[in-house]
Amino acid sequence: MNWTPIILTFQLAIVTTIILLIIAIPLAYWLANSRSRWKPIIETLVSMPLVLPPTVLGFYFLLVFSPNSGLGYWLNEYFNIKLVFSFAGLVLASVIYSLPFMVQPIQSGLSNLSPSLTEAAYLMGKSKWTTLAKVQLPNIRTSILTGIVLAFAHTIGEFGVVLMIGGSIPGETRVASIAIYDEVEALNYTSAHFYSFVLFLITFCILLLVYLVNGGFINRFWR
Amino acid sequence: MIEMNFNKRLQAASGRMDLKMTIKVQEHTFTTLYGRSGAGKTSTLRILAGLMTPEKGLIIVNDKIWLDTKRKINLPPQQRNIGFVFQDYALFPNMTVLENLQFAASPSQGKKQLDDLIEMMELGTLQDQKPQQLSGGQQQRVALARAIVQKPRILLLDEPLAALDHGVRHKLQQYLLEIHQEYKLTTLLISHDIGEIFKLSHNVIVLNNGEIIKYGTPKEVFVEEEEEMFYLSGEVINIDYHSDVIQLSVLIQQKHFKKITFPKDHPLKLKIGDKIMISSKISNPIIHKIDY
Repeated sequence: MNWTPIILTFQLAIVTTIILLIIAIPLAYWLANSRSRWKPIIETLVSMPLVLPPTVLGFYFLLVFSPNSGLGYWLNEYFNIKLVFSFAGLVLASVIYSLPFMVQPIQSGLSNLSPSLTEAAYLMGKSKWTTLAKVQLPNIRTSILTGIVLAFAHTIGEFGVVLMIGGSIPGETRVASIAIYDEVEALNYTSAHFYSFVLFLITFCILLLVYLVNGGFINRFWR
Repeated sequence: MIEMNFNKRLQAASGRMDLKMTIKVQEHTFTTLYGRSGAGKTSTLRILAGLMTPEKGLIIVNDKIWLDTKRKINLPPQQRNIGFVFQDYALFPNMTVLENLQFAASPSQGKKQLDDLIEMMELGTLQDQKPQQLSGGQQQRVALARAIVQKPRILLLDEPLAALDHGVRHKLQQYLLEIHQEYKLTTLLISHDIGEIFKLSHNVIVLNNGEIIKYGTPKEVFVEEEEEMFYLSGEVINIDYHSDVIQLSVLIQQKHFKKITFPKDHPLKLKIGDKIMISSKISNPIIHKIDY
C-alpha cells in the first residue's frame, strides 16, 4: 500500500498548525485588546473562511499566484517560488483557510481571562511581553490546545482548497483526501478504503488523546 | 506624600458621573475610602495605580510627578511601584503560592526577604499549593504577601476583606496593621465596615457620587459629638413597634445580635437595612443614622 498521501496529509497539517500558532497568538492578542476602528474589518476577514466555500479561496488563489499573473510571475522569476500546484502553496492556503479555527479560541481565551491578572503583573513591574508569556498564555492552555486541535483537524479534513490549487501531484500535493477521491473515481475501492480507514483511525486517536489530557482523565488515572 | 487632583468621567450604573478628587495623603498613614458602591472608590485606586487615566489631573507622589495631563506625563503602572490587592485577589492560577511570590519579587531580591515574609504571614505550609486549593482567607493572605514582596511604598487594597467571615477578617486586620507598620507603608483601603475603619485607619475619605463629602479621622467623620463614649456600628434587621416604644434588632459587626429599645417619639426614622452607629455614655445610648 502507498503511504505517501497519508504522510503528506500529516506533514501539511503539522506545518500548517505550527505556522498558525506563531501567527495566531499575536493576532489574537491584538484582537482581544485593540479598540482600533480597523478591528471589525480584521475580525471579519479572519472569520471569512468559516462561511466561504473553499472553492472561492482556491479560485482567487489560482488567479493571484498563477505564473501568468503579475505576483505569481514575480515570485517565480526572482525567488523561484511556485505557489500553484505545489506543497508550499498548499501550506499557505491551509494557513489562511484554518486561521479562524486557531485565532478564535485563543482570542476568546484571552478576553475571558480576568483583567486583574494582567494588571497585577503590570503593577509588579512586568512588561507586556513577560505578562503574556508567564501569566496570560499559561492560563489559557485549554484554549490554545483547542485551537491547535481544531486547526490540525481542519487541515487534515481539507479537500476543496487542495483540489483547486494543488491538483493531485503524487508526493507533492496528493494528500489523503484527494487520493481517496481519485481512487473512488477509478473504482479502486480497496485503496480508497485503506486511506479512509487509516485517516479515521489516526484522527480518532489524536482527538481522543487530546480530550483525555484536557479533561484531566490521565492525571486522575495516575493518582 | 500623595497629592491627587483629578477629574474622571465615569459610566456608573446610575448614568454618567464625574469623579472629582482633590486630596493630600500623608506618608505612612492608613487611609480608608468609604462610600456607596459606584461612588468612585475603586476608580480612585485604579487611577492612582495607573490602570486608568483621568481626562484631566495631576498626581504627585513624594515630589515625583506620576501624572500630569497638561504636560502629557503618565507613568505606566510598571514604574509606580505600588502593591495592589484586588477584590478577586488576582492570584496567578498557573503558579503555586511560592511561585506567585517569586514572580512578584525582583531578581535582585534575596531569598531571605521572601522567607521572612512567608513566616510573618504564616504561609509556610501553603507554599506548594495552587491558589484554587486555598480557602478565601488563605488566598487573601497570599495576595497581601504578594503585594508587598516588591517592597512598595504604597499599598492599595480594593475591599479585600469583604468576602470573608468575621473570624478570618479579624485575623487579617491584624496582619494588615502589622504589615503597614513593619514596611512603613502608605496604605489606602476601601472598606464598608465602620468597625474595621475605626480599628485600622488614621483618616477616612467619604465619597458620594464622585465627590469627597467628608474627610477626617474616623471619629470626626462618623461621630458628631466630642464626648467620652464607646461606638458600635450595625445594621437594622428588624423593627417592632409597640404601644409606646420601638424595639430595634441590630446586627453588630456581622456577628452580635442586639435588641435596642427607645421611645416611639424619637426623632430618628429608621427602616430595615439602615446602617446605624450606636454610641453610649454608660446608660444613655444615642443612635445616629449613617446616610452614606
